[in-house]
Amino acid sequence: MFRKVCAIALVFIMIFMMLTTGCTQKESEDQIKVGFVYVGPAEDKGWSYAHDQGRLYLEEKLDVTTIYQESVKEEDAAVEASIRNMIDQGCSIIFTTSFGFMSATKKMALEFPDVKFLHCSGYEMADNMSNYFGRMYQPRYLSGIVAGMKTESNKVGYVAAYDIPEVIRGINAFTLGVLSVNPEAEVFVRWTNTWYDPAKEKDAALSLLDEGCDVIAQHQDTPGPQIAAQERGKWAIGYHIDSRESAPEAFLTAPVWDFGPYYVEQVQNVMNGTWKAESYWGGMETGLVGLAEMKDNVPAEAKAKVDEVTQQIIDGKFDVFTGPIYDQDGNLKVKEGERMTDQEMLEFLWFVKGVVGKIG
Amino acid sequence: MNLTNLQLFLSAAVIAGTPLLFATLGEIITEKAGNLNLGIEGMMLMGAVVGFITAYNQGNPILALIAAFLAGAFGSLIYAFLTVSLRVNHEVSGLALTTFGTGFAGFLGQAYVGKVVPGNVRQAFGNIKIPLLGDIPFIGEILFNKDPMVYLSYIVVIIIGIYLYRTRKGLNLKAIGENPAAADAAGINISLYKYVNILIGGALCGLGGAYLSLIYVPAWQESVVAGRGWIAVALVIFVTWNPYKAIAGAYLFGGLDILGFRLQKFQLNIPQYFLDMLPYAATIIILVIASVKRSKKNLPPQSMGIPYFRENR
Repeated sequence: MFRKVCAIALVFIMIFMMLTTGCTQKESEDQIKVGFVYVGPAEDKGWSYAHDQGRLYLEEKLDVTTIYQESVKEEDAAVEASIRNMIDQGCSIIFTTSFGFMSATKKMALEFPDVKFLHCSGYEMADNMSNYFGRMYQPRYLSGIVAGMKTESNKVGYVAAYDIPEVIRGINAFTLGVLSVNPEAEVFVRWTNTWYDPAKEKDAALSLLDEGCDVIAQHQDTPGPQIAAQERGKWAIGYHIDSRESAPEAFLTAPVWDFGPYYVEQVQNVMNGTWKAESYWGGMETGLVGLAEMKDNVPAEAKAKVDEVTQQIIDGKFDVFTGPIYDQDGNLKVKEGERMTDQEMLEFLWFVKGVVGKIG
Repeated sequence: MNLTNLQLFLSAAVIAGTPLLFATLGEIITEKAGNLNLGIEGMMLMGAVVGFITAYNQGNPILALIAAFLAGAFGSLIYAFLTVSLRVNHEVSGLALTTFGTGFAGFLGQAYVGKVVPGNVRQAFGNIKIPLLGDIPFIGEILFNKDPMVYLSYIVVIIIGIYLYRTRKGLNLKAIGENPAAADAAGINISLYKYVNILIGGALCGLGGAYLSLIYVPAWQESVVAGRGWIAVALVIFVTWNPYKAIAGAYLFGGLDILGFRLQKFQLNIPQYFLDMLPYAATIIILVIASVKRSKKNLPPQSMGIPYFRENR
């Protein structure tokens, strides 16, 4: 008898739990629901964290509810499952925030024409699918100015993940920034072949410091290189977010993302019915990318110079990749006064003069 | 003091090899007891996160190490209960432990991502030069001007070496790994031996993980171990279950792991992927040589990976 009562009670408890799951948020029918798919943990203090900050900003500014799924693998099946789940939960706008999510996002976009998709860092589009990214090379150039003025050994280190155009573009922009204020300096590149391995990234930075570099920049997802600089009493430039708490003395500044305003604008457009699929590559004038507040250890002249160039970039008077630009072997690649096209920048596979390192 | 390139590299290789060394020593005694524990990665992560959180909140280096030690032991306790008491398949439970440890570390560490080890703990783990030994030209700087955990690893190597080759208990342990039925008949308490050795093995893995989060990096990032647990699995085979060889093996594998950056400086065209592959290729070659030579010394413990049922004798 007792067991029967227990069993029945258990059944009721389970039914109750099933019914209450997912009812924690109060929802109104007409409220728009926005979904975010992240490749890493939302708290990774890097790429996914930057997107999550954008999501929180969106919730704060507009009357929408948001849901997110973190650490989604870059496999089509996993991404599709995540997107379907979000659509089941009533999402009408979905942001997929990693390059590897592209093909699955496109497939879902074709299958669900009423849902709006926005994919970050890719190139695929559809009537209901935008792609968006930021001109990170602009703040990277600015951080190069800081590094060029800060370095005393005229050797600047750069810990980089993979030799793909996005990373190479960043290294080139950074180097042009360094050379614009310090023609004597060189930028030493180390490839780690990983986006995320704190110990290895730190090691790569240490090998650069061993060689005499005194400012370390990075295209990596952890503050490992900055911690290496901190330990050696040298300087570091972060990436993605303002990470000064990880290396309080070494940290100079960092090229950072600010997705919030873009997310608000896009969702607002959907609400107004004016949203259109686009391919968006926002520069500093949009606020999507920028430079973190420079710390007091940045020389005053560097601050002034950065402010000046920032204004020029925002006004459209200056572009980072304006000729004359020479490659590592001294060949003229971009003629005096010419600007590289977006297409050329997206296909960057050579280093500018001043970079010490090899591609491939 | 001006160090040569080679010295700098070897010095970095010792540091890169130390987490591998702890994990390898732990796995050696685990496997000597006849248990293949593939959960190294998980146990290292558990040790790394618990050690870091303790250091961050308590600011006490000794307490942090003890916590990491216990966390690793806790991970292996789950494994030991499954494989020794319940006689579950070793590989499956080990893999499950890796998955569990990864989730455990990610969950506990969520609030600590990006945080740095407090200054006094970092100072306590700073480099200490050993008198006399530290003055030996060339080698002194590489081996005897290091942080306390490196010295601890030397001591653990010696203790395990004595334990395995110079004590009756070590002999009993090896007997269990080779032929548990015979050991059982000789009156050795198999379960007790297995439990103790698996727990200590897991605890050493925990220390290896803590080396990464407390000294190597020293900050908390998710999955800070980044696959080093798997290198340790290969390393145990590479050093043929010998704790003394483990020192050299760990520094070799650690060195290969960071060799790529140092070579880039000379603009050599050796891709890092090739270097990353070398430890595993070397392990396979060692396995082939050991099985061709059929030298008893270099073969794995015979009953490794096989759950022991007394009734099946």
